[in-house]
Amino acid sequence: MDRKVLRSFSFWYFVVATALLYLPILLLMVFSFNDSTSLTFPLSGFTLRWYERLFQSGELLRSVWNSVAVGVASSLVATALGTMIAIAVVRYNFPGRGVVVAVAAMPLVIPYVVLGVALLIAFSQVNIPLSLWTVTAGHVVINIPLVVLIVAARLIGMEPNLEEAAMDLGATYWGTLFRVTLPIAFPAMVAAFLTSFTTSFDEFALAFFLVGPEPTLPVYIFSQLRYPSRLPIVVALAALIMVASVLLIVFAEWLRRYGQQPSRPAEATGRVAERLEPRPLRSAGGVS
Amino acid sequence: MSDIAVELRDVSKTYDGARQEQSVRAVHHINLAVRAGEFFTLLGPSGCGKTTTLRMIAGFEVPTSGEIFIQGKPMSHVPPYRRPVNTVFQNYALFPHLTIEENVAFGLRVKGVPKAEQERRVREALELVRLPNLGHRRPSQISGGQQQRVALARALVNRPAVLLLDEPLGALDYKLRQAMQFELKALQHEVGITFIYVTHDQEEALTMSDRIAIMNQGQVLQVGTPVQIYERPVNRFVANFIGETNFLQGRVIEVHGNRCVVEVASGVPVVGSTYDGVQVGDRVSISIRPEKIRIHESQPDPRPNLFEVRVETVAYIGSDTQLQITMPHGDRLRVYDQNDLSTVDESYFYAAGDQAWISWRPENALVLKN
Ligand SMILES: Nc1ncnc2c1ncn2[C@@H]1O[C@H](COP(=O)(O)OP(=O)(O)OP(=O)(O)O)[C@@H](O)[C@H]1O
Ligand SMILES: [Mg+2]
Repeated sequence: MDRKVLRSFSFWYFVVATALLYLPILLLMVFSFNDSTSLTFPLSGFTLRWYERLFQSGELLRSVWNSVAVGVASSLVATALGTMIAIAVVRYNFPGRGVVVAVAAMPLVIPYVVLGVALLIAFSQVNIPLSLWTVTAGHVVINIPLVVLIVAARLIGMEPNLEEAAMDLGATYWGTLFRVTLPIAFPAMVAAFLTSFTTSFDEFALAFFLVGPEPTLPVYIFSQLRYPSRLPIVVALAALIMVASVLLIVFAEWLRRYGQQPSRPAEATGRVAERLEPRPLRSAGGVS
Repeated sequence: MSDIAVELRDVSKTYDGARQEQSVRAVHHINLAVRAGEFFTLLGPSGCGKTTTLRMIAGFEVPTSGEIFIQGKPMSHVPPYRRPVNTVFQNYALFPHLTIEENVAFGLRVKGVPKAEQERRVREALELVRLPNLGHRRPSQISGGQQQRVALARALVNRPAVLLLDEPLGALDYKLRQAMQFELKALQHEVGITFIYVTHDQEEALTMSDRIAIMNQGQVLQVGTPVQIYERPVNRFVANFIGETNFLQGRVIEVHGNRCVVEVASGVPVVGSTYDGVQVGDRVSISIRPEKIRIHESQPDPRPNLFEVRVETVAYIGSDTQLQITMPHGDRLRVYDQNDLSTVDESYFYAAGDQAWISWRPENALVLKN
């Protein structure tokens, strides 16, 4: 194959792959404004009817609210626990550290379906009735590894002896944690919280097993797919969620980068050398 | 109050490895007494245990054995945040999430110093290091040299009894280093705080220190003023590590008080000085610094340690000319001949292959036990 062909091949590969990824989402947006219950071309005309019905459907809005509540609660708990684990494994070399890392990261590699069944069995064994609380617990489990990874990356990138410097200056262990470690990890914690929230918000498999009488949004949408007439409402909702998720993810990523902005290393001293005359220090007050 | 600021008594530190043979003996039975108000330097090659020693004084490492005293008080159960010392870290370790002012105020804030006093002392400290106008910037927005000054201000503002500095100039370029050496010394004089300074740069140590401890492989080999260290090194390692020197190997054949005669080859006696109590028959090294050897174009009057030699290489470096010469019995020596005449006349200078005479005074040849 000569280069030109290869180049046009990779070009078309890119176009097709992108189309496969984003065309369905684009169609989703388009159909949410289409004045027909069937999701087929040709389009029948512009309408905001589906959005209107969406905001009138009490059940649906309730399930959105449930998902938000589960998302916030599970993300808060996961961020707190995950940050503690990250600090422990990054900062301290204790026996069993490897085990802690492995256990914390495990949910990343266990299929959610398996995890869902396992938790379902566990909850029924100890007679905990299924509810939004059980879903929340499940989401805490899957969110902890995300938080640990995001926060640990930040802690590892942090200059190693900042905490020693704080103690050297008189801060106790807790003082150091609250004045140095956590403030520096904070942007990563917010990013971890947002990532956890989006994960929880659209998580279906675990929620499907663990949900009680009150559905979360993905579970509710799934249950509605049986009624063709309501499909466009679900489409409209999906379009809205799509926009909200993109905004949230962009914000989380921005925060993560903002947090990781490297402090400029001790370079560029050459310029200073030119400005700096070798003359002795003059003090106004005197520090000693 | 005693006039000893920091004392290390028989302090050792072994870092445990995963297995016995992986553990590292970083510091080995060292004894030091740093006087109050002194500029004291720990000098030694990489890995000799300087940082470890400093970290034990700061409280970040616990000695495996021995005891550290600061202002006469034993420190074994005192955490870093309650020791009257502050550290300037090699990489500065400024808090990236705080402004320069907040960085400097950190120590005062955690100790609950009143706000007004905090502000005054922070301002004074920043003026002391000549950085009065950068207070609202972040550490990432100032240069390396400025970060270094902030680190200094952040430590000094707490008025510690002892300031620990671990290669604080290591990250700066040559010119800035020299300027800062001068400033640090002036600053220490001004604030009167005891400085314990770590470096592996001998020139830096010689210019700044009141006293120097030479370390190697976890041990302190010699403690003394720069002059003592340079002029009276106690062994081969110190003589070689500080400045440049030539070594001649030989056997002692005569001792008269501090003077002794060493045979460096059969029938070639060298007269030197000893402070080591060497005995007739000992195998010794003679250390002769290159700038202490005189070179003569023509045969001078008879004198001790006069040798006819051959010039092997000549390097003109401006302030002096550095020559390699070979002695009749084969030993080679480096000789620094000061350029005390301004000329461009080529014939004035030695050339490779020339014949010449060298000599040195017996007090300039230091006889050291092997
Ligand atoms: N945390 C540690 N764990 C294990 N070994 C260590 C540790 N810190 C230092 N060492 C070892 O202890 C010895 C002394 O190290 P130290 O850092 O005190 O040397 P140094 O004199 O400061 O060297 P440099 O000039 O390179 O900074 C070295 O062999 C080093 O590898
Ligand atoms: Mg070191």
